[in-house]
Amino acid sequence: MTDNGIDPIDRKLIIATQSGLPLTSRPYDQLAGGLGIETAEVLRRLKRMLDQGIIRRIGVVPNHYALGLNANGMSVWDVNDREVSRLGTLVGELDFVSHCYHRPRHLPEWPFNLFAMVHGRRRDEVEEKIASIVHLLGPACRAHDVLYSIRILKKTGLRLAA
Amino acid sequence: MLDRLDRQIINELQGGFPLSERPYAEAAARLGLEEQDLIDRIGRLLDQGRLSRFGPMYNAEKMGGAFCLCAVKVPQQDVERIAACINSYAEVAHNYERQHSFNIWFVLASDTTERIEQVIRDIESEIALTVFAFPKLEEFFIGLRVNA
Repeated sequence: MTDNGIDPIDRKLIIATQSGLPLTSRPYDQLAGGLGIETAEVLRRLKRMLDQGIIRRIGVVPNHYALGLNANGMSVWDVNDREVSRLGTLVGELDFVSHCYHRPRHLPEWPFNLFAMVHGRRRDEVEEKIASIVHLLGPACRAHDVLYSIRILKKTGLRLAA
Repeated sequence: MLDRLDRQIINELQGGFPLSERPYAEAAARLGLEEQDLIDRIGRLLDQGRLSRFGPMYNAEKMGGAFCLCAVKVPQQDVERIAACINSYAEVAHNYERQHSFNIWFVLASDTTERIEQVIRDIESEIALTVFAFPKLEEFFIGLRVNA
């Protein structure tokens, strides 16, 4: 077991659950049966991985396109490197931003170092939200762009090889 | 169409699904539903594609691996072919076409960073285009809060 630790049984449990939990009354019993361990151990391991952040959360993962959130804009910002942590924290706190990261630039083609995903039902709704980020960042932002998604080419989530 | 209970499931069950003997019964009680009704509704929302998944969401980095956002500038007439090629790698967790000269954006997920680097090199040699890697340097917030 490594420090941030998954052992071979955790790994089997991850592989058994990464595409989803069984839709039966006692899903953890079913997983335990498949892995040849006790239900209590399945629960203990899942709880530990949740506490360690190996599992972010357990629940439904909405498909925002199918739910009518069709406008998905990846907004990208060129901000001063010395201020990126402070500004990223501010942008990340906005309730319409689902992901916010500091990422490397690829100069000269790609000057942007702050990425924030903005979702809305329509493009004009996203535009309004982008305008509020422009206002929030003020002069610390030298340039920005918004990359709208045209379509999903693949979406499977994490897959460990069995 | 989604009814009120479907919306409630989507909004309130994005986390906190119980770790217990009868988790659906427990979650259903919180939502004011019967156990079997919750199971049926989750199954239906999955079948309809309104949910992309139901279960634990794993964080690959915490398992000693990594995610890496990557982008490629693909000429419009080659998008289908190049996307199919990229998607054929099991490590490609998702892939979006975006309106920009950097038009193909995909996320690589693996349990080892070495494997991520290898896949980037393999894809580059296969498609004969530069893969721009955008590993995250700092994360400010994560968690999609959809209101259905």
